[in-house]
Amino acid sequence: MIEFLENITPSTTMALVIHAMIPLGLILVYALFAIWMERKVAAHVQDRLGPMRVGWHGWAQTIADMLKLLQKEDIIPTDASRFLFRFAPFLIFVASYAAFAVIPFSSGYIGSSINIGVFYLLAITSLLTLSVIMAAWASNNKWSLLGGMRSAAQMVSYEVPTIMSVLSVIVVAGSLNLMTVTEMQSGNEILGFLPNWLIFQNPFLLVAFVIFFVSILAESHRVPFDLPESESELVAGYQTEYSGMRWGIFMLAEYADMLLLSLLGVVLFFGGWNSPFGTFMDGPVWGFFWFMLKGMLLVFVMMWIRWTLPRYRVDQLMRICWNILIPASFVNFVLIALWEMIF
Amino acid sequence: MDEIITNGVQKQEMVINMGPQHPSTHGVLRLEVVLDGEVVKKVTADIGYLHRCFEKHAEAMDDYSKVIPYTDRIDYVSAMNQEHGYVIAVEKLLDLEVPERVEYMRVILAELQRIASHLLGVGTFGLDLGAFTPFLYCFIEREKILKIFEKVSGARLLYNYMCIGGLMQDIPEDFKTDTREFVKTFRPKIQELNDLLSSNRIFIDRTANIGVLPAEVALNYAASGPMLRGSGVKWDLRRNDPYSIYDRFEFDIPVGKGEVGTVGDCWDRYIVRVREMEESLKIIEQALDQMPDEGDVKEAVPKRVRPAEGEVYVRTETPRGELGYYIISDKSASPFRVKARAPSFVNLSILPAISKGALIADLVAIVGSIDIVLGEVDR
Amino acid sequence: MKSDALKSPEEIYEYLKASFDELLEYVPAELGQSWITVPPFSMKAVAKFLRDDPALRFNTLMCQSGVHYPDEDELGVTYHLHSTSHKHTLVLKVRVPIADPRVQSVEAIWKTADWHEREAWDLLGIVFDGHPNLKRILCPEGWEGHPLRKDYRQQETYLGVTTGA
Repeated sequence: MIEFLENITPSTTMALVIHAMIPLGLILVYALFAIWMERKVAAHVQDRLGPMRVGWHGWAQTIADMLKLLQKEDIIPTDASRFLFRFAPFLIFVASYAAFAVIPFSSGYIGSSINIGVFYLLAITSLLTLSVIMAAWASNNKWSLLGGMRSAAQMVSYEVPTIMSVLSVIVVAGSLNLMTVTEMQSGNEILGFLPNWLIFQNPFLLVAFVIFFVSILAESHRVPFDLPESESELVAGYQTEYSGMRWGIFMLAEYADMLLLSLLGVVLFFGGWNSPFGTFMDGPVWGFFWFMLKGMLLVFVMMWIRWTLPRYRVDQLMRICWNILIPASFVNFVLIALWEMIF
Repeated sequence: MDEIITNGVQKQEMVINMGPQHPSTHGVLRLEVVLDGEVVKKVTADIGYLHRCFEKHAEAMDDYSKVIPYTDRIDYVSAMNQEHGYVIAVEKLLDLEVPERVEYMRVILAELQRIASHLLGVGTFGLDLGAFTPFLYCFIEREKILKIFEKVSGARLLYNYMCIGGLMQDIPEDFKTDTREFVKTFRPKIQELNDLLSSNRIFIDRTANIGVLPAEVALNYAASGPMLRGSGVKWDLRRNDPYSIYDRFEFDIPVGKGEVGTVGDCWDRYIVRVREMEESLKIIEQALDQMPDEGDVKEAVPKRVRPAEGEVYVRTETPRGELGYYIISDKSASPFRVKARAPSFVNLSILPAISKGALIADLVAIVGSIDIVLGEVDR
Repeated sequence: MKSDALKSPEEIYEYLKASFDELLEYVPAELGQSWITVPPFSMKAVAKFLRDDPALRFNTLMCQSGVHYPDEDELGVTYHLHSTSHKHTLVLKVRVPIADPRVQSVEAIWKTADWHEREAWDLLGIVFDGHPNLKRILCPEGWEGHPLRKDYRQQETYLGVTTGA
């Protein structure tokens, strides 16, 4: 990809900038689509139509909303810590955006094919916690504070099962580089027809995926674990004092985070950009299509869950994590390791 | 606030204002909550934001009938039940006999309104716990009832349909078929609601053993309606102190049994509402069968409402509990005193007693399970 | 239901007379329910007796309403009691002069009286002795007068805002 860009642009710098900006364009287009999709999913789950006025089936509704948000007054509470209050939305976006650098979007494009890809991704997403606490504390609002505290506790706790289930995949794959992990999943050899995706390779990886998926629901604050911003209890949690585009950036970051974690799940369990039909419909462009399709399917499941289930309480949330998910992920990790040793 | 210093760490309790603008106070209610972390230490309810002096207005009217529109606005979610209570009270004051057909019509409308109100109560309760979709499912069904009411009275929310001694106008021709159709389609929907919410693991985890109201306390606080029945007390004015023609129908009184937790918890109050909807359907079906087809609904409407000197206290069972009208007449055309004993007002006063030690998320669940309407609390 | 349950207000009055002697007065009504008049200073004792006596067991205070009687220059409180175990009801009335409107609070007997008494204080200015938190409930703090009195005139401004009076 970088060579191709260097060929069509006058300077290397420009090629590098364009190379780095590709995920940004992707996230923006995705966010427009995902917010529209969320509304449509919600609407159809609830037996109504959702946005219908702006464009075909309301596809441009999100654009209209973004325009509205841009025109809104940027309100900063008098007693807020001004610098932190303004800085928090950017930090949260930077954290989720930077993490996209190690995601292999197709066989032809990865931001940076580093050998510690998974480690980098997990480290950089921890910044999300920091920015949420920053936003909560800087707002100087009691609801925000409660939301921030909840979020800190929740994200720190749920990082443990996430990391443990990611680690189980690494044990099987033997590499921290997500590109390598994807490449080793190509081909259709399991039982003669199933693709070589990791989830089919080891029965315990299926358990690992369940743990992983539950944890990323909590990591990205989705129902039933949306406690940091639970609107019926904490008004809007850490976002309470935010308005206009700053709030919009939180929204964007939240959706970007959903996609990021879903894509990570796709790379680790569902063969990344590999086609489910072996060499049929293969190649860099199709690879991108398959990758995004799988990612969006996981995002869709997250939305589906959101519009079906009620919300857990904060102590129940913690109990699920510490009493169920963490012990299960440790046991599962050992079982996976044993399976790998034996077979 | 009290400052606690332990091991050199300064701790402070947090006072937080829940409302008057808060998503789950169901209107303009302000709860002053003292928190220790997320644990509720003390709740003080501050009401009156919606006070409209109903009682003063009622005294100022020069006719008993002119009070009816105001009774609609006491509890705008179950206006038919409010009117029903008031007209029964005035009829008792006048010693007025009402035609059969009118009685049946009133009962059908009151029961439909009960279902509509419970749907709202159940739906918003789910919403308080983060389940958005059941709320809208409930609204779809409620909409059908409002359509029937619109056909009958011309209004969707505040009907002003019942009048002293009768009804404002006769029912439309297709009322019976519409209502039967609704009863038929609504039964499976209750099952759907049970599948989606009542038996949902998360929902049960959030509501079982939360906000437990023991029967003794409930009686001492004069709780009524689903709030009292949720605590296991089999008390329903339609059965225990029958008014109108409720003694002619067969129906059960669902009570909380502590099926998933303790008797009198939030889940019990919730399930009582859900089951009451089924009982209301039974009453509607029986009333539709028994209702006489012919009859003038305005036959008994008096030209002038001038009761003799005296006073009555008439209580009826609204969706939220016992609605009492205490009316004193001094022989003039306007009531001397009208006191509305609103069930939400009394039920809400229990909140501080049952929410101590709960988490803030539980507080939301408890407020939701009381099913208050602030118009009724503040009058 | 217990067989020794008392039914009509008259029977209950006869039963109460044994304990409270001349304090109570029975007023039969032509319309609606007859009532028993209780002096304001013994309200609490009567209430406690009504709640705890095994033959009465009035465990619920259904409604408590304040009334202003301008002709007699008096304020009144009406208590509607009811018993879920004996299934009977009773009406009690208290009358106090408007110059010194003091009634004993029954908040300690029936918790529900807490808010009812605050409402009666707020709207009619009846003082309940022994109430732990007798503050305005429906009107805002600092409101002048008691709106449900017949001679009430609304104040013209509240906190500098016109009230439309």
